[in-house]
Amino acid sequence: MKPAPFAYKKARSLDEAVSLLAEKDARLLAGGQSLIATLNMRLSSPSLLIDLNGLNGLNGITLKNNVVEIGALTRHAQAERSEIIARHAPLIARALPHIAHPAIRNRGTIGGSIAYADPAAELPACLLALGGEVVATGPKGARRIAAEDFFKGLFETALGPQEIVTAIRVPAAIAQTRIGFAELARRHGDYAVVGLAASARAAGRGFATVRLSFFGVGATPLRAKKAETALERSDVDAAVAALDLEPPDDVQASGAVKRHLAGVLLRRVAKQLTETRL
Amino acid sequence: MSDLSIDISLIVNGETVNERVDARKTLVDFLREDLALTGSHVGCEHGVCGACTVRVNGEIVRGCLMLAVQCDGAMVETIEGLSDSGEVADLQAAFEQRNALQCGYCTPGMVVAAQELLRRGGVPSREAIREFLSGNYCRCTGYHAIVDAVEAVAQQRAEGKP
Repeated sequence: MKPAPFAYKKARSLDEAVSLLAEKDARLLAGGQSLIATLNMRLSSPSLLIDLNGLNGLNGITLKNNVVEIGALTRHAQAERSEIIARHAPLIARALPHIAHPAIRNRGTIGGSIAYADPAAELPACLLALGGEVVATGPKGARRIAAEDFFKGLFETALGPQEIVTAIRVPAAIAQTRIGFAELARRHGDYAVVGLAASARAAGRGFATVRLSFFGVGATPLRAKKAETALERSDVDAAVAALDLEPPDDVQASGAVKRHLAGVLLRRVAKQLTETRL
Repeated sequence: MSDLSIDISLIVNGETVNERVDARKTLVDFLREDLALTGSHVGCEHGVCGACTVRVNGEIVRGCLMLAVQCDGAMVETIEGLSDSGEVADLQAAFEQRNALQCGYCTPGMVVAAQELLRRGGVPSREAIREFLSGNYCRCTGYHAIVDAVEAVAQQRAEGKP
């Protein structure tokens, strides 16, 4: 199908983009790799597309004060090539190759993935696993929103109607950081049937903290806190038994299958957490 | 509203193009309908099948997931351009020799995508080839012959250009 007609404006500044967002049914265009598909299928029909591509200062990757900040317009492919992300945000580096396909990663943006908040997407789960935050700008200026508070529901975030994601921030990995990532998809690059992004802080032979963030199992990425507590005691069997996810059935698998697969992934990721040394 | 259609200027296969396009027109529809470059195919129209793969500013993209207006000032290369320059001649020959196509609908996108992988140099493993081409659907061949063709060209190029 073809998109319904819409107007198009290329924003010349972030402020201009924010004020254009006041227009009824205006939408932001960043990488467009989900948006344009929904336009083509007429699942959405905005009156105005505000093209953010070309805005300066939104596509940098920096390490400052032990925080990795990734500009919202950073393409997935650009992030994949980043030395800073490889060294200091290894969970994101591990997840990136699982996102769609090379042609899509050349266009898709980090900010777009976060703002779109697909429940089966990799980056929202990584942001949650890392305890990161989202930086957004709106009519009242900029603010930071913790990942825990950002993902509200199915494709629903804490962003106000005129707010724009400008960056994500994650704590830089330290010597004790351990990460794990696994997902099951029908075909490489497809949205996950179930996925798991995890980060932990090693302490002695065990872990001081573990954060498990499942995706594809609910309306948002979900922490499995009881399983985290069990894993902090290095008890993998108890962690799997403590998984209290209740994934709904979807086109890919039944809830029961997803719940089983979540346990399989937890075992794999638990192994990665004990093996990875950064 | 005037923003419904926009004047754009871009370079397509080395030639400057100035056109007025509807904001809602995708790049692949622009190439096919306005420029008669019908080598890029329209399959699923939502980014799944890869039949519309073209290059924008040197990188492969989905022609159905970019708007023509976004290509204002860009350099676009299609299968026609890559064929005329001879850049993918060896890939095309290998596809033909190894029956890596039957109906041919996916082939332009497949060749453009495979060329992006091969441009990185070296001889990728069969697994890496499969993974790289996972975003390009072929409903005829079962992929085996396509992987054969891409692998063979990677080896040829590695031998030919030390």
